[in-house]
Amino acid sequence: MANVHAEELRMTEWDGGVLPYSVGHKKLGMWLFIVSDALTFSALLIGYSYLRVSTPNWPTPFHLWPSIAFSSVMTFCLLSSSLTMVLGVNAAQRNDRAGTIKWILLTIVGGVAFMGLHLKEWFNLFHEGITLISNPWGVPQFGATFFGITGLHMFHVFTGVLYLAGMAVGVSRGKYGAEHVEVCGLYWHFVDLVWMFVFPLIYLLSVKMH
Amino acid sequence: MSTHSESHGLSSKLTLTIWAWLLVLTGVEVFLAYIQFSVGKMLVMLMGLSLVKAALIMAYFMHLRFEKRTLVLTIVPALVVVASTLSVFFPDSIRLLHMKPW
Repeated sequence: MANVHAEELRMTEWDGGVLPYSVGHKKLGMWLFIVSDALTFSALLIGYSYLRVSTPNWPTPFHLWPSIAFSSVMTFCLLSSSLTMVLGVNAAQRNDRAGTIKWILLTIVGGVAFMGLHLKEWFNLFHEGITLISNPWGVPQFGATFFGITGLHMFHVFTGVLYLAGMAVGVSRGKYGAEHVEVCGLYWHFVDLVWMFVFPLIYLLSVKMH
Repeated sequence: MSTHSESHGLSSKLTLTIWAWLLVLTGVEVFLAYIQFSVGKMLVMLMGLSLVKAALIMAYFMHLRFEKRTLVLTIVPALVVVASTLSVFFPDSIRLLHMKPW
């Protein structure tokens, strides 16, 4: 527990000294943020599911190629970037600075690949006339929910990539240690976790049947 | 807590196993999408698999399985209770579906 002063440990709970959860303040803060953000996505996805089930003429435009193939590869990119993030945290805990930076950079590659594929998918849909307020295949809520939910998720991926880049620079300068990398990893895994719900709800429930 | 994390750090083998399971479950979801089920059944099956995937990510990648139980009891029940409360209105979507003229 390198970042917690012995002084704090001697203080009573009422003085904010001990750690009832046995984790540092940064990690607890990130967990609390994740809980609040998870509830934001829960509200959006439950609202979307409500619309999806109650609308019988909901469009099912996603063909195996390119939409489902693209989104499956995007899922692979995010899951693999979570794997490299775990390996980065392990390297940070071994004080292996070069290894930590290498795995963080690979995690960034996964995130950027996800964003690139997602943008390509968005532009395909723009080309077909789907926007936040219009949908040539029927109910306009399709575009609003698709771009609203995937847009918010994409924003999280984008900020995650920035966070990872800052972490890589900080680790290379010796400014950030294992706890910082672990907290950054928590955020990145959360971004991955949210996609585990967005992918089936948004894409797989709108698959074009032959 | 670095000492705590080090003592329970994920082995590379376990990490790869969890990653492989997550990919397999994703493959099952894509396969299910191409079988003609009703939207309600699909929703239940896909969400069931997604909850398993989310639990694997939280337990192993996010390390929750190795944290003190008080942290788990603070985070998980709060999420479950509030998400369930958000879902209270969900059955209304089925009522609405049956009210539609088409």
